[in-house]
Amino acid sequence: MSIQPMIETEMSTHTLRPKLRTEEVNMIFTRDGKNLPVLENINLEVFDGEFICLLGPSGCGKSTLLSAIAGFLKPTSGDILIDGEIVRAPDPRRIFVFQERGVFPWLTVEGNIGFGLGRLPRSERAQRIQYYVKMVGLEGFEKSYPHELSGGMKQRVEVARALAVNPDVLFLDEPFGALDSITRMIMRGELLRIWQAERKTILFVTHDIDEAVQLADRVVVMSARPGRIQQIVPIDISHPRDISSPRYLELRDGILSQIGLAHNL
Amino acid sequence: MSAQAQPRKWERFFWPVLATAFFLALWHYAVVWTATNIFPSPLAVEKGLVELVHKGVLYQDILDSLRRVAIGYLAAVAIGVPLGLLFGWYPAINQVVNPVIQILRPISPIAWIPVAIIFFGVGDYAAIFLVFLGAFFPILVTCVDGVANVPLIYRRAGTNFGLTPPQVLARVVFPAALPSILVGLRIALGIGWLVVVAGEMIAVTSGLGYLIIDSRNSGKRYDLVVGAMLLIGIIGLALDLLFRRVETFKPVRWGFRNES
Repeated sequence: MSIQPMIETEMSTHTLRPKLRTEEVNMIFTRDGKNLPVLENINLEVFDGEFICLLGPSGCGKSTLLSAIAGFLKPTSGDILIDGEIVRAPDPRRIFVFQERGVFPWLTVEGNIGFGLGRLPRSERAQRIQYYVKMVGLEGFEKSYPHELSGGMKQRVEVARALAVNPDVLFLDEPFGALDSITRMIMRGELLRIWQAERKTILFVTHDIDEAVQLADRVVVMSARPGRIQQIVPIDISHPRDISSPRYLELRDGILSQIGLAHNL
Repeated sequence: MSAQAQPRKWERFFWPVLATAFFLALWHYAVVWTATNIFPSPLAVEKGLVELVHKGVLYQDILDSLRRVAIGYLAAVAIGVPLGLLFGWYPAINQVVNPVIQILRPISPIAWIPVAIIFFGVGDYAAIFLVFLGAFFPILVTCVDGVANVPLIYRRAGTNFGLTPPQVLARVVFPAALPSILVGLRIALGIGWLVVVAGEMIAVTSGLGYLIIDSRNSGKRYDLVVGAMLLIGIIGLALDLLFRRVETFKPVRWGFRNES
C-alpha cells in the first residue's frame, strides 16, 4: 500500500518530514466474552503539517483509530509513534477536538479558551485568549456561556481552546457532524484558513466524502469490520478548491466507487 | 389560560393569592359550620401567633429550629460532598460501600431518635444529628451519581490538556457534576427541615417542633399547634425558593431544565 504523498499539492513546497506513524496497529475489543476485531494492520504515515482525512462508514473504527493515536486507547498490538516517540498517554502537544459537546458548559468562552493555559502569567494568558477569540471570530462573546451560543459558535470555542495551547497536532473527530449544512461549509473554510495560518498537522475523521475531498491533502479510505485502510487517495488540487471542477468530481467519484457506492441514487 | 400561554404579570400573583384566600375561607367556614371546639379557625391561629410574638418566644423558637438545621445540614454537606466525589471518582470504593449506604438510606431519621438520644443524650446534639442523617444520604447519593455521569469526553479533554487526576477532579468533574449535586443539596435541605421538627418533639425544649408538642400538652392550644405548622410550611417554602436562586447562577444554569 502506497503511503507516499502526492507531489502536486501545497505540501510539496515544504520538506516532507514524517510526524506520525502507526506500525501494524491492531485493536481488538472484548464484548460479552467475544473478541471483536476493530482495527486490523493499520500502517499509516503522516507528514508534518499535513491535513489527513480518515473516511469511512460509521462503525469502521476510524474514531477508535483517532482515539488510539491521541493516546486515549491502547492498541492491542502495534505501535503508534509521534516524533519518533511511542504514544502512551494524551499530551497537550496534541489536542483532541470532539464535536461541540466537548466545550465545558460551566465556563465562559474565555474560560474555555484559557482552560489549558493555567501555567501562563495572567497578562500573557489574557493576550493569548484574546488572540484566539479573534481568530475564530467570537469577539463580543468572551463572557458568554456555551448554552447561550449556537452549535457553530461552540465548535469555534472548542477549536480555539485547542489552538490556544499551541499543539503541533490536532485530532478532529467528526467536528462538524452536528452542525447544519450551511454552517458546516463555513466551518470547513474557517478550518482551512486556520490550518494554512498555523500549519498544524491535522487528522480529521469524517464520514462525509465531500468534506474529505474539500479539506484533505490525502484521504485515508477505511473499510468496515474490521477497520482496514482500503486506499489512500492524494487530493492534488490546490486551495481554494473549486468543488465543481472536473478533477474534484473525478476524485470524489473515485472514492465513491472505492467505497462501493453507485453515483446515482 | 392554556398550558403554553405565558401568564401575564398580574395573573402570576392574582391566581395564587385567590387560591390561598379560597383555601382560608374554606377552612374558616368549615370550622364555623361544624361548630368544633377543638380545631381553630384561621383567625384564632393568627391571634395565637400574635400572642406568641408579643411574649417574644416565637422568634426564639424559629431561630433555634433554623440553627439546628443549619448545623446538621452544613455538617452533612461538608462530609457528604467530599465523600460523594471520592466514591464517584473511584467506582471500586463505591462498590464496597454501596450496600451499606443502600441499607442505611431507607431508614427514616425518626427511627434513629432512640439511638440519637443514647449517643448524644437529650439535647441539641441529638436533634442536629437527626438533621445530619436526613440530609447526608441524599447529598451522598446524588453526588456519587453526578460524578459517575460526567461525560467521558469532559474527562478526556481535561487529561488532554495535561491535568493531573486531582486537577481533573477539581476543574472538570466537580463543576460538571455540580448541577446534580445542587439538586441533592436542595432535596437534603427540605428533608433536614422536615426532620428537625420531629427531633424537636422529643429531644429538646425549644424550636417549632417543641412548640407544637408543648402547645398540645400544656392546655391543648390547637391554635398554636396549627400556627406552628403553618410557619413550618412557610419557612420551608422560603428555604426552597432561596435555594432555587442558586440554580440560576450562570456556571450551573446549563444543568437545569428550561434552560437551553
